[in-house]
Amino acid sequence: MGAQLRVYRRRIRSVRATKKITRAMELIAASRIVKAQGRVDAARPYALELRRAVSAAASQTASIDHPLLVSGVESKRAAMLIVTSDRGLAGAYSTNALKEAEALSRLLVEEGGQEVVNYLFGRKALGFYSFRNRPIAGSWTGQTDAPTYEQAREIADALLAAYNTDASEGGVDEIHVVYTRFINMGVQEAAVLRVLPLEVVSASASDAPTGAIALYDFEPSAEVVLDALLPQYVAQLIYSCLLESAASEHAARRRAMKSATDNAEELIKSLVRAANAARQAEITQEISEIVGGADALSDATAGSE
Amino acid sequence: MATLQVELVAADRQVWSGEASMVLARTPDGDIGVLPGHQPVLAVLVGGGVSIRTAEGSIEAAVHGGFFSVSDNRVSILAESAELSSEIDVQRAEKAAARARQDGSQDDLDRAETRIRVASL
Repeated sequence: MGAQLRVYRRRIRSVRATKKITRAMELIAASRIVKAQGRVDAARPYALELRRAVSAAASQTASIDHPLLVSGVESKRAAMLIVTSDRGLAGAYSTNALKEAEALSRLLVEEGGQEVVNYLFGRKALGFYSFRNRPIAGSWTGQTDAPTYEQAREIADALLAAYNTDASEGGVDEIHVVYTRFINMGVQEAAVLRVLPLEVVSASASDAPTGAIALYDFEPSAEVVLDALLPQYVAQLIYSCLLESAASEHAARRRAMKSATDNAEELIKSLVRAANAARQAEITQEISEIVGGADALSDATAGSE
Repeated sequence: MATLQVELVAADRQVWSGEASMVLARTPDGDIGVLPGHQPVLAVLVGGGVSIRTAEGSIEAAVHGGFFSVSDNRVSILAESAELSSEIDVQRAEKAAARARQDGSQDDLDRAETRIRVASL
């Protein structure tokens, strides 16, 4: 076998092995999207009920100024939580989120004159920031493909602690989350959500058609209820961002692996063609050598007679 | 007689939903019982048991952190974590209690003890 043909065959074998791997990853990601979507759905009743309760509480306690409700008169420092993945091979998933985060921090710095404090979720964001030697206020890794409520709660606690600290003492006045919205299997886009200060007014306005909100009694008091309610609301918002990002991550990975598999198939096809051509060329050459040799022999014997 | 439409939801799932005749829960000021026709209330829950009386019997659940709201005979109990008594793994709860005692974490200990108590109901 000729050297050229051997090289082709070796490359075909290696591309086939890669294709098997990417195909397997595609299938795994596809099954995980379903699971991740299930988790998003399972968390929905809680989100709905919580939003209803927050709207009810906020609509009746408009006179109360709760630190989580008042929009900071002038925000000096803003926290940004960036949700990315732990692992790569998910196409542009993490890159898109990081790009969106860059755009947001530019906006906050240039237009708001704010200082941005970074909180990172996922190893990719951590790598991006530590490579550039940027300050990191907090980071969480290890669970991006199936985030738990406990983890969301931990993040929310850290963010709320910063929010409740004065900006001059290292606290923040605003909290933004950069995550990836899951629109459908094919489309996911990086998005920004301002978590704090809360925009409760818009939430209650969108709920208005469901009927007037009843006049609630508060146990033990409206302030205590709001105190308990709002941190939970923030934790829930972050939890749903994490869940949606996880679903997007799997969808992005599935798509990336699908195109990798398709590309491998294409590559195999063209390599097989090249290998066939090389084999045929070898055969043709061999035949012409034999024929040429036989001709030369017969010429030689004819001449000697 | 009117009944209550009850939703018991934890942060990551819906734990129970259905009709009930009475709901008992614990607030910082004491236990509160809700019957059909109760006026709208939004109350903070303290960790402990929630008891839901239905036509078939009573359903007990251990909840941690959350609150509940009542309006128009709808009761929603929102908790960061909630488990029905039938779902509680007593051995695990006991292990968690032992661990909490060792670490001296009062919060974890309360949670574990609530689960053990509710499971025995």
